[in-house]
Amino acid sequence: MSPGGDTRMDGSVLITGISGNLGRTLAKVLHRTERVIGLDRRPFPGKPKDLEVHHVDIRKRKVEDIFRHGGIKAMIHMAIIHDPRLPQAEHHQFNVLGTKAVLEHAAKYGVKKVVILSSTNVYGPQPENDNFLTEDSPLLGSQRFPDIRDLVEVDMVAQQAMWKHPEMETVIVRPVHIVGPNVKNAPSNYLRIKRPWTIAGFDPMVQLIHEEDAALAMTLALQPGIRGVYNIVGPGELPLSAVLKELGRLPIPVPHLLARPLLSKLFQYRMAGFPEAELDHLQFLCTVDGTRAERDFGFRPTYTLRETIRSVLGEVPPRVPRTTAA
Amino acid sequence: MATPAETRALARYEPPRPKGLFGRFRLAMEKWTYTQGGPDLEARLARLVAPQNEYGVDPFGLELEFTKAAIAPALWMYRNWFRVECHGIANVPPGRVMLIANHSGQLPMDGMMIGISMLVEAEPPRVCRAMVEKWAPTLPFVAPFFARVGQVVGTPENCRRLLAAGETIMVFPEGVRGLNKTYEKKYQLQEFGSGFMRLALETKTPIVPVAVIGAEEQAQALWDFKSAARFLGLPALPITATLLPLPLPVKYHLHFGEPMTFTGSHDDDDAELDRKVREVKARLQGMLDSGVAARRSIF
Repeated sequence: MSPGGDTRMDGSVLITGISGNLGRTLAKVLHRTERVIGLDRRPFPGKPKDLEVHHVDIRKRKVEDIFRHGGIKAMIHMAIIHDPRLPQAEHHQFNVLGTKAVLEHAAKYGVKKVVILSSTNVYGPQPENDNFLTEDSPLLGSQRFPDIRDLVEVDMVAQQAMWKHPEMETVIVRPVHIVGPNVKNAPSNYLRIKRPWTIAGFDPMVQLIHEEDAALAMTLALQPGIRGVYNIVGPGELPLSAVLKELGRLPIPVPHLLARPLLSKLFQYRMAGFPEAELDHLQFLCTVDGTRAERDFGFRPTYTLRETIRSVLGEVPPRVPRTTAA
Repeated sequence: MATPAETRALARYEPPRPKGLFGRFRLAMEKWTYTQGGPDLEARLARLVAPQNEYGVDPFGLELEFTKAAIAPALWMYRNWFRVECHGIANVPPGRVMLIANHSGQLPMDGMMIGISMLVEAEPPRVCRAMVEKWAPTLPFVAPFFARVGQVVGTPENCRRLLAAGETIMVFPEGVRGLNKTYEKKYQLQEFGSGFMRLALETKTPIVPVAVIGAEEQAQALWDFKSAARFLGLPALPITATLLPLPLPVKYHLHFGEPMTFTGSHDDDDAELDRKVREVKARLQGMLDSGVAARRSIF
């Protein structure tokens, strides 16, 4: 990964939230070229033998010990909870306090590089959005979806670290909807529904990225000299209807005036897995410009648009993404 | 500035064989487009280029195959209802250009007709991108239709991006102030926004003023029911002589003026910008006055 070549041995990369579906994908990619240390309170099924994982809550004092002894040269922070079922207080505490804690430790123990996984949800789908939001666009995600304000705050906490600790190279990556055979987030769960709802009379352009491409972007962001905020875009944009057609889905168009109260009730009674505010993604644009990441660290998705879409079906064989080390 | 279109590898798009009810309807509409325009039009439309991906859409959601079918009714209106006559369309230069037009007629038929003229009469033929109102994306069915035929929400960033990609932009600087004005203000340009001028200066884009004659008479609003409009969340609620603002079969004249180029900084203060905006407005008002004087009948 590092261009010097010999710096590989004198430090490891700490991945927080390594046991998640995306974390495991990232670990498998990165662990071939780097010494990886994992941090997650959950178990890591199928963990490679030589991978060191600490099972601690990231807010705990013990975490500082890992930084104190670990010789950590870089951290990829993705221990961020998105579960809409959890109580507000719980994910707010974990996400905001956890992010603050690990960033403070990283700065204190001289970690040179920190990559934080945010997402384009922080911009939020809105009717008045630009077709291609840049990294400078305002983070209005919680305007229509207050439950995700902790995710916006995580992004803000990471931005604070940029000026508080200028010696630490801080990178915020904001990928578009991550999909893939392993991830179980809202967009890929939605695409796995046989007869998904759509909003009658709306068909926004959407952007998807394969989980391995998202992992690749994070590894590329580890290159020395890279700092700042980066949108991470997959292989293009297409209408939602074209995605559903590619997957052979039979969408049920629901008028938006009906869809919102209905989904809100269904969610409340646990008959639906999506909070009502997610409907905005089926109605309005939240598409971004990813040229900055391509220009600054050469990120280009390796999966085609069709492969990316079909990956939620689990039939596209995973492949080894390229790394800069080659 | 790199545009998304330039930075993506684009796959060749092979339109699928139309299937199902919608597919057959679409094919029928496309045939209607060609029967109205003849082989000439088919050849012209085949020259349209958009950076399509393997799903047949460009990064802004324009779908050429859809557009070719969707313009059929508009083309019919262009030929038979409004019997549009274009004057000086050769003034529209190829490549990046901004069309600045007066807006009138309650329903934006004027934009539609300018769009058709760019497809069927301009050289080279092109899909003209109107900068649409920000409430358009909230309207069911309208929102995806606009996107598929290449219309884009009028944010400065969208406009900048499209101009950088060499596209033709259509702007109505009056917005709904012009569209929904009442009949006693006909052919009087309303207040112009200055956003278009900043973008034209920034991107060094030539401005072509377009005077639309005829649209004012298509649906003459006697009164704007403002309180009801506010209640319904509409920009205006015009009450026309026919109650609904359905367009009468007036005759349209589209006058395309000489391209205007401006120099200066797009960061100048408003007073300097306003001077340049007034220059465009005066030119357009002059074209409107002479256009109205030159026509013999509104039908």
